[in-house]
Amino acid sequence: MALRDQTYLRVVLYEGKDSEPLDGEQRFQTVSRLLGQGFALTRVGDAGRTAPADEMPVLVLGRFPHGAEQLESEATSDRVRFTNVTGFNNDQMVAAVESVRAEKKAVQQGGWKPWFPVIDYDRCTNCMQCLSFCLFGVYGADREGHIQVQNQDNCKTNCPACSRVCPEAAIMFPKYKAGPINGDVVKDEDLQREKMKVDISALLGGDIYSMLRVRSERAQSRFSKERDSGKALNERQKCLAKLAQAGDIPAEVLMSLPSPEDILRRAEEAKAKAQAALELQR
Amino acid sequence: MTSETPGILYCNCTYAQVIDPAAKAAVLRQLLDSGQSFEAVADLCEMSARKDPALIRLASSPCVKIAACYPRAVKWLFASAGAPLDAAKTEVLNMRDTPAPQIAERLFTDGVRPNLPSGKVTANSGPAEEVAPLPHATSAEPTPSP
Repeated sequence: MALRDQTYLRVVLYEGKDSEPLDGEQRFQTVSRLLGQGFALTRVGDAGRTAPADEMPVLVLGRFPHGAEQLESEATSDRVRFTNVTGFNNDQMVAAVESVRAEKKAVQQGGWKPWFPVIDYDRCTNCMQCLSFCLFGVYGADREGHIQVQNQDNCKTNCPACSRVCPEAAIMFPKYKAGPINGDVVKDEDLQREKMKVDISALLGGDIYSMLRVRSERAQSRFSKERDSGKALNERQKCLAKLAQAGDIPAEVLMSLPSPEDILRRAEEAKAKAQAALELQR
Repeated sequence: MTSETPGILYCNCTYAQVIDPAAKAAVLRQLLDSGQSFEAVADLCEMSARKDPALIRLASSPCVKIAACYPRAVKWLFASAGAPLDAAKTEVLNMRDTPAPQIAERLFTDGVRPNLPSGKVTANSGPAEEVAPLPHATSAEPTPSP
């Protein structure tokens, strides 16, 4: 969901000229809470510079000895609101911000762990391996056939599998635990990704999807013949554990994979999209 | 090194535990206690995923020091949201692998040491300061959606 055309609230904590500074601990606690609730904040102090203004609504919090009314009446734009927080505690300050956010119908951030691939276009060769690999439609191509991350929300939280199949180490997940997937510099050994990819394939006896399909079919067959659900489950778990280890794929992602037929269908669709994108480049 | 007074941007990385909470708190506290003006955001990753227009405002600073995570990640988080950073005027300070006192020291030191990567940078590449600036809004600019 892009916010490009939506409103966001810019909160300004004003502690410059003609205001009284907040108490240090209260300032820290309030700012920490606002950041924890997803707000972006500008602190205006005695020195330094802030980023340029834009057209979004602004709420200025400060201890103004002469009140906020005069400041508001002198403001050149009605999108700027002043609130005198003299005597406010942390809860009251946060509530004042939340109230203006709701009034301005500004977006509320949070509620989603931002886990999605970020492409390093300095490294990307547009090979479409990621598009072919991802079953969840995260990737797409633009009209010129350039790879793009198009559906961030579809990405499975904590699953970095597509970055493992990228031969150029060009796919980052900034919230991943280790480099270079987290954005750390690419080391020489990371550049052996193509080899690593082959190793994963070899380990799985082909490609991941066909391996899953075969294992799943075997398990289903055994289940139907032997009525041994425990054995079938055990088989599936073994396969999934191997996959999880090879690609650092969370078990819950593997467990939530669609049926073998659906996997094949999606894999074919992804492959076709990648092929079409590659042909556009020719 | 750029000698203009830089803006400061602090990322709280709110929605993940990849930065030591104590380190984040220490940097934020020092910023607040310093009396300096600065920008703070909840989570650059979320802003990038949502293509938050605030990123355009933040990227338009004449020069900026960003306390966040890896420079390569920060560069492409901004770029993929259509808000490419000016590589010649951006210094990223990595709270994931640099102690808070060092981050604070760099934040309050005059000038910017540009360190956004450009090209296929590896661990064996030269010092970040010597890396050629990224041509603004070229390779960094994401391609439009269909």
